[in-house]
Amino acid sequence: MKKILMGNEAIAYGAIAAGVEVVTGYPGTPSTEVLETVAKLKQSKKAENVYVEWSVNEKSALEVAAGAAYAGKRCMVTMKQVGLNVASDPLMSLAYIGVKGGMIILVADDPGPISSQTEQDTRHFAQFAKLPVFDPTSPEEAYEMISDAFDFSEKYSTPVIFRPTTRVCHAYATVDVNIDNVENHIAEGFVKDTSRWVIFPRTSYLNHLKIEERNRKLRSVLAEYDRKTIEQGKGRLGIAASGVSYAYAKEALAIDGLSAPVLKIVTAHPFPEELAVKYLKTVDEVLVYEELDPVVEKELIYVCYKYKLNVKIKGKLTGNVPDAGENSVEAARVIFADYFGTQKPEIPEKPDISLPVRPPMLCAGCPHRASFYAVKKAMKGRKAVFAGDIGCYTLGNAKPLDMVDTCLCMGAGITIAQGIKRAEPDTVCFSFTGDSTFFHTGIVGIVNAVYNGTKMVSVILDNSTTAMTGHQPNPNTGKRASGEVAEVVSIEKVLEAIGVKYIRTVNPFELDEAVNAVKCAADFDGVSAIIFRAPCIALFKPQKRFSIAEKNCIGCKRCVNEIGCPALVKNGNKIKIDPTLCYGCGLCEKVCPKGAISDKEAKDKDNV
Amino acid sequence: MYNILLSGVGGQGTVLASKLIAAAALAKGLTVHTAETIGMAQRGGCVVSHVRIGENVNSPLIPKGTADVIIAFEPAEAVRVACYLKKGGVIITSSSAVKPVTDMFAKVPYNADEMLEYLKTKGIKTYVVDADEIVRTLGNAKSLNVALLGAATVNCDIGITKEDIANAVVNTAKAVFREQNLKALDMGADISKEL
Repeated sequence: MKKILMGNEAIAYGAIAAGVEVVTGYPGTPSTEVLETVAKLKQSKKAENVYVEWSVNEKSALEVAAGAAYAGKRCMVTMKQVGLNVASDPLMSLAYIGVKGGMIILVADDPGPISSQTEQDTRHFAQFAKLPVFDPTSPEEAYEMISDAFDFSEKYSTPVIFRPTTRVCHAYATVDVNIDNVENHIAEGFVKDTSRWVIFPRTSYLNHLKIEERNRKLRSVLAEYDRKTIEQGKGRLGIAASGVSYAYAKEALAIDGLSAPVLKIVTAHPFPEELAVKYLKTVDEVLVYEELDPVVEKELIYVCYKYKLNVKIKGKLTGNVPDAGENSVEAARVIFADYFGTQKPEIPEKPDISLPVRPPMLCAGCPHRASFYAVKKAMKGRKAVFAGDIGCYTLGNAKPLDMVDTCLCMGAGITIAQGIKRAEPDTVCFSFTGDSTFFHTGIVGIVNAVYNGTKMVSVILDNSTTAMTGHQPNPNTGKRASGEVAEVVSIEKVLEAIGVKYIRTVNPFELDEAVNAVKCAADFDGVSAIIFRAPCIALFKPQKRFSIAEKNCIGCKRCVNEIGCPALVKNGNKIKIDPTLCYGCGLCEKVCPKGAISDKEAKDKDNV
Repeated sequence: MYNILLSGVGGQGTVLASKLIAAAALAKGLTVHTAETIGMAQRGGCVVSHVRIGENVNSPLIPKGTADVIIAFEPAEAVRVACYLKKGGVIITSSSAVKPVTDMFAKVPYNADEMLEYLKTKGIKTYVVDADEIVRTLGNAKSLNVALLGAATVNCDIGITKEDIANAVVNTAKAVFREQNLKALDMGADISKEL
């Protein structure tokens, strides 16, 4: 049946069609929708045999999936590229141990980056861990390729990395899918065998030899993996491309009426050596168009050297292609024109008029705004550092709040704050951590603070969801990925058990109480914690709206300058509230010096 | 092949409008690709939706200078993506500005008429839909997205007709929104004016 599917949905459908039975993961853009789609299909009874979970972090997710693969099930674990850093410990060892059931490690890369901390290239991780990596060029190809990847994984008893990038993950295409007659893979179950499943130095030495031997063989095997990998073209100037850059290259050639022999690389590791040799014999030069790092480029240079092929390889290493950022059709056109020596294409330029800036900001009514504001008020005049973390609340760095001084990686805020405290003992050190991030990698940081006696204030922003990636459940929400009700893991009890002696739970919109709690926490002699608990606005409908009585507004803009809510808009020299944006949080009412803001007028209007 | 670019501000229904076009195209048996570029903002940021109908599509994103039509939900967003329009392409835009909160601190405040004037001076064929009239008649701006599709289908060739969109609305929208959306579709077609 033909459906318009997002790349990530296509991958989920493809995995189900291939008989996947265990899917785990941790949310992270651009990978999230893969697991979400599996969960939706399970909930709608279209994939009843599949077990699906949001794990607390990527390491847990990968290990759960590995256990299932030990027992012979086909399984998939999903994450974004930086998630693989968290899961890298089990990844590296699992590569030595191998699997029985087919196992896909889906890692979505994010060139740009569009919503990530780094532009790291998971193909390096594949090389580092000595694992095969599949790199689809489109949603359609991803749907087919995931099934090949499962077969491959089972055949060679190895986990396989499947690595789409943002533009493949989030593009929609018309895909012919079928998950009605999924072949049942009978799992053998876990068969005890310490020589296979228990990692020991001696086994690792032997397995290392086997892996290298296998990967040498796979260089030939993958050269035969035919996904229209070589396309004939005119001339002896070739283009090699991988991932979505292949689509960009094809379109750029078509637009400018150019023809060239094209090499498409869908498995950057193990590199399909014989395929490359065959192609390189037909060209004098190759321009490699790929995103992130010059992985294919370096492999081609190696192959040229090894086979003594006098072919010039151009790309990032020669400065033809930019080192960082996304590729595009437009960029390809300019690079290709330079490479082929053809006329420079006319690409329309950006408008020569100043346009309104629309920076990302916390939503109107977002509880994080109130939390940041309370801490800011409480710490006014005191030396304090605010270590942030990954989530919507990173946006607390924007003016006028300006309350995020650092952001490194998941869970790091808590421990960065401790390091700053050790370097600057007279500073009050705060960390801000979301509920999902707290469970992901935050807890160990608090254990570290308590154990080492580092005075700090850990603020936990509990909005009862994993908001930034699209509202996934977590241990704090009472729900599982499958929709089932779950036991709520209490943040308070966790903190208590760790030994945090000052724990206060406050609704951040109760501003006075919140400010007071922060002051007490800052003065507490030891590790203190404040849980700001109020739901994300996506979880409920607004109950009331606020408005500004024009006659009472003196146009001081204090509301805008203090809290910067997007619902506060200009009304001549005064301010008014956009009723379509206001979520009724009432924070602005508390900062207005003239009492001009209330929910009264808006309420009357609603009743009419 | 038809390249249709939709450009708006988070919360305006830009993505939903692109899904309606895609559903209408699929129902006609056409091959369709779409993609969105959305910043980190949940609401209030720029949203651009790329819809490509037809065969031989490679890139999920429309290359600059090749869009047949731009459907803009907001005048500044029309100008922002005008570089995607091919020579002789058409812009359909809402007349009404969505001002960001930061505009209050901008040296030069944002003025919608200046944006429309800019499109005019560049010689771009532009049709404007009076968003205020839509809000007055339908009570809110929720169906502005469908009204703009109505305007697009009658003023330029995007490979699908107003009736195709109407069918997609009937097949996909919730019953409560159906009538309002169909009304908006007709209204957008009727009230759009060449700039």
